[in-house]
Amino acid sequence: MIPQSFQYESPGSLAEAISMLQQYGEDAKILSGGHSLIPMMKLRFATPEYLIDINNIPGLSYIREENGVLKIGGLTREAELEHSDLLKQHFPIFADVTKLIADPQVRNMGTIGGNLAHGDAANDHPAVMMALHATVVATGPEGEREIPIDEFFYGFYMTALQHGDILTEIRIPMPPPGTGSAYHKMERKVGDYATAGVAVQITIGDNGVVTAAGIGLTNVNPVPLRAARSEQALIGKPLTEETINEAALYASEDCNPSSDLRGSEEYKRSIVATLVKRMIHQAVNRANNS
Amino acid sequence: MGHSLKRKEDARFIQGKGRYVDDVKLPGMLYMDIVRSPYAYAKIKNINIDEAMKVPGVVAVVTGRDLEKYNLHWMPTLMSDTQMVLPTDTVMYQAQEVAAVIATSKYAARDGREAVRVEYEPMKPVIDPYKSLDPDAPVLRTDKEGKKDNHIWNWKVGDKQKTDDVFAKAEVVVKEQMHIPRIHVASIETCGCVADYDKVNNHLTMYMTTQAPHAIRTVIALVAGHVGLTEEKIRVISPDIGGGFGGKVPVYPGYVIAIAVSFLVGKPVKWIEDRSENLQADSFARDYHITAEMAGTKDGKILATRFKVLADHGYTDASANPSKFPTGMFSIATGSYDYDATYMECDAVYTNKPPGGVAYRCSFRVTEAVHAIERITDRFALEIGKDPAELRLQNFIKKEDFPWKSPTGWIYDSGDYHKGLLKAMDTVDYHQLRAEQAEKRKRGELMGIGLSTFTEVVGAGPSKDFDILGIKMFDSAEIRVHPTGKAIARFGTKSQGQGHETTYAQIIAEELGIPAENIQIEEGDTDTAPYGLGTYASRSTPTAGAAAAVASRKLRDKARKIAAYLLEVSEDDLEWEPGKFFVKGAPEKSKTIQEIVFASYTNHPPGMEAGFEATHYYDPPNLTFPSGAYICVVDIDKETGAIHVRRFVAIDDCGNIINPMIVQGQVHGGLTQGIAPAMYEELIYDEAGNILNGTFMDYLVPTAVESPKWETGHTVTPSPHHPIGAKGVGESPTVGAPPAIANAIVDALSPYGITHLDIPITPFKVWKALKEKGAI
Amino acid sequence: MLKEITITVNGQQHTLEVEPRLLLVHMIREVLNLTGTHIGCDTSSCGACTILLDGKSIKSCTVLAVQANGKSITTIEGVAQDNQLSPLQEGFKENHGLHCGFCTPGMILRATELLAQNPNPTEDEIRWGIAGNLCRCTGYNNIVKAIQYAGAKIRGEELPSTEPEFV
Repeated sequence: MIPQSFQYESPGSLAEAISMLQQYGEDAKILSGGHSLIPMMKLRFATPEYLIDINNIPGLSYIREENGVLKIGGLTREAELEHSDLLKQHFPIFADVTKLIADPQVRNMGTIGGNLAHGDAANDHPAVMMALHATVVATGPEGEREIPIDEFFYGFYMTALQHGDILTEIRIPMPPPGTGSAYHKMERKVGDYATAGVAVQITIGDNGVVTAAGIGLTNVNPVPLRAARSEQALIGKPLTEETINEAALYASEDCNPSSDLRGSEEYKRSIVATLVKRMIHQAVNRANNS
Repeated sequence: MGHSLKRKEDARFIQGKGRYVDDVKLPGMLYMDIVRSPYAYAKIKNINIDEAMKVPGVVAVVTGRDLEKYNLHWMPTLMSDTQMVLPTDTVMYQAQEVAAVIATSKYAARDGREAVRVEYEPMKPVIDPYKSLDPDAPVLRTDKEGKKDNHIWNWKVGDKQKTDDVFAKAEVVVKEQMHIPRIHVASIETCGCVADYDKVNNHLTMYMTTQAPHAIRTVIALVAGHVGLTEEKIRVISPDIGGGFGGKVPVYPGYVIAIAVSFLVGKPVKWIEDRSENLQADSFARDYHITAEMAGTKDGKILATRFKVLADHGYTDASANPSKFPTGMFSIATGSYDYDATYMECDAVYTNKPPGGVAYRCSFRVTEAVHAIERITDRFALEIGKDPAELRLQNFIKKEDFPWKSPTGWIYDSGDYHKGLLKAMDTVDYHQLRAEQAEKRKRGELMGIGLSTFTEVVGAGPSKDFDILGIKMFDSAEIRVHPTGKAIARFGTKSQGQGHETTYAQIIAEELGIPAENIQIEEGDTDTAPYGLGTYASRSTPTAGAAAAVASRKLRDKARKIAAYLLEVSEDDLEWEPGKFFVKGAPEKSKTIQEIVFASYTNHPPGMEAGFEATHYYDPPNLTFPSGAYICVVDIDKETGAIHVRRFVAIDDCGNIINPMIVQGQVHGGLTQGIAPAMYEELIYDEAGNILNGTFMDYLVPTAVESPKWETGHTVTPSPHHPIGAKGVGESPTVGAPPAIANAIVDALSPYGITHLDIPITPFKVWKALKEKGAI
Repeated sequence: MLKEITITVNGQQHTLEVEPRLLLVHMIREVLNLTGTHIGCDTSSCGACTILLDGKSIKSCTVLAVQANGKSITTIEGVAQDNQLSPLQEGFKENHGLHCGFCTPGMILRATELLAQNPNPTEDEIRWGIAGNLCRCTGYNNIVKAIQYAGAKIRGEELPSTEPEFV
């Protein structure tokens, strides 16, 4: 398994990288962690003529809080998300999700920007970003622009990134008190893509009423999916088994999984319902303990 | 014996100094890559190599038409069928070799492969083995003159009339249809070779991933003798092997093409498969469709069994079995139980799938047999409402009844099945678990306990019955002790991780009293090692291990003579203790083995041959019959079907143990290769013959997370006929574990009327079964 | 078009001209002839090619040699220092943590980083920590034991028994 030949560029700045992308056009691909791209190149499913390695651009890897917003650099490795104390404190969902992405070595290379920019509904971060109501920052020839996560995923392997754009940052609102989050996926073995995965972030007000909810689904739809009806079933109401069941039912109805080696469509809908319930409970437990 | 000596071979492996085939690099070496068919069944209309030949570094593209000129386009299989090396007209399975690209680098060879253009005319393939016998099914093997269907052979054993009579009158009859699916050994090192033909000396050195180097040398001579490569001109070297498990027994087309190319261009040619090629084209294991039936009494006495098998062999019968055993040792399927009526029948068919039929860490189809008997035994227990442990204890062959002749003619050498199962039940606290299960069932929770009490049959085999291509299945040891009392010993087997360098040294050390660290063990070079049939089917200890003991004893006999000469006493006056002979009643008068060996070179008795060497070719009088009692405990998540193996207790009996550490290590590894097909692995094909999971992304080899923490123990029932009473162990756990796991899962689901699930039992399968029964 | 890269491998600096598509594992095996790093799959699944890149365990079959420019690599050949086995190498030998040896270099390098991050991992953390390394021979029990042994050695604690629990 050997890639086809290509020209390799290793720009030292964002501006240089963007100008190379413009210059080389559609024949160029960005190399970030490389763990989706290089396997495809080895199989010769991807045969870029130019590879723009952004790993030597300084300042793209960080996890920090600024003015009530969590900012994650696009080049931040999965392993850094996994071990970040800031994330452990405010977003336990990151420890959940990173542990289930591939394996430790892949997480040492793979980046959150790459995971999102690949536009693959089987990847785990898209659902998490939906649950967390994230915004993606794309930097292109015209400068920076913010793309809400709900406008980011377009179609099968398609995102709102234009050619010449680099995904440079993810912005996530810091959660108010009373918030908990959780992610789990059913997988055939560790490191597998999800049979189905569910990300939940939920905020409970002082009176026990749900004030905010985010639910994202992994690998049960051609594009990453927000379970919007499920969120609405929870918001503004006290959390009861009834509302939770309703949320679970809606999510299982609103997704569009396909039957494959991981299971039938019906099975996947059932897993979605089960995981929505379990992740709500998990998130609420964490909210109560925070 | 019985000492956990740390392994002698480890020093090189932990420091990156193992030498595997892909580590061989020779001057001027060329690299080969293989173009493979995207179709399961197609006519080749044209192969255009023009663009490939323009790729810098590509020196040749070889097709079936090229090999045909030398009559090298076909080769025999181990079961005397035929297999294409490269096709001239038709491809018979997806990923079949179509052409080989030879280049000066690995990268150029791959670029060349991508540039070969093949035009195919796809045909409708036969994928379902049941449909392969339909009257309107296309006849696949049109190369075989007069072949009018896809049936390969029919095999039967047992007493049909007697068995049918017992079934007709029995109080209870149970029946299940089971598929033991097609799986792949997937050793972490794939297959490959470096073929190095020296034109000047007309000599071939073949470095290859083979478990049976000597047999391979003979096969090469049979295939290529007509072009001048006779057996003395061939040296096969099997260096360190990164796992075999049966997958490195066959001769694959890639090896033959590499030899042919090296022969034609006079340069070394390296071929190393990718993982996807390995999974998609190399020999599969299993793929038996079994109808299993058991007859018995209402109070649990087993009276008879019947097994009807449909074997999917793929495009050719390339099974790795002893010649007289087309179904391998499947007839061990009567199991560990005392009854005398059985009838078994198997039909083998061709389909458009890759050929194979290797063992996947098992002794020739024993896994299929054990799965069938252990599953149907549990089914019987379920039917009559009897505890499956109790039912087994009721039916076991008794210790005092060994040697015991099975209804299919095997002579079980020894066993104590009651002891093993009682120990396993005690270790796992069986009755407590059943009580817990009863409580959980009241709450609708799913917990299962599964047993497997199996009898293995290994150590092939006695020459009266066992041969491969006519060569008897003995194995060999040659021991040379140097003047200073240190030794080198060579064997016809070939370790792929089993630890032969340590175990064999321990056997010789035990027999001769030379410290194991002073005994160097060599295998895998046909120029130096004595002839043997290789390592598979847990045969190394039963055959070559026995040869080591017998050769050592020949040397001890010689040592006695020399000691008598040196001490000036009669041989009868000498007594042996490990490491020396001493005069009876005068222990201060003694000669150490080192002194004796030195004398054999410096001062040997008149008339005696000098030196201290012995060779033995060991022809076992019988097979050995290891056994085991395994208990698996599972908890199942009703909503998702997720299965958690809470405990797995394995009590093995492999006779006398040479190195407990190595035996336990073999058991651990075999157990993980037991849970693999039970819960994760299966090669899946669609109706067009496309493989759906031909990479490690989807062919689910268990990691340390899926693999439970195994709990292991043993009982010792020595083999009465083996020189050191050992039986062989490498494969018992792979054989015994799958039914224990399947039985546990079915036990958990049985309150909902579920009586059987085919392996691999996945969460989806569990969920689906529960759904169908209305349990969720 | 060849690219010049400078890489430190097991403490020794190399300047090489490589094709951009050259995979790091091929650079290690074919160019530098360090054959202790193995290849077991095409899909970054098996971990046989695991090495340390600036101290991080990575799968060298899915990294380009040019990506390692200016960085430091440790392969299995560089694990023992001054002929002294590392605690993990010793642990694998003492606890029968290997059979065929093919996955062993990758396992040892992966576990090296695991123990560097957490010298006292639980059994569960060890199992998840080596989930990117397939072993077909050992059933993992003794690999876990080997890593626990090395952890104890690194922590300077009493070494656990290496006798098999096989009664």
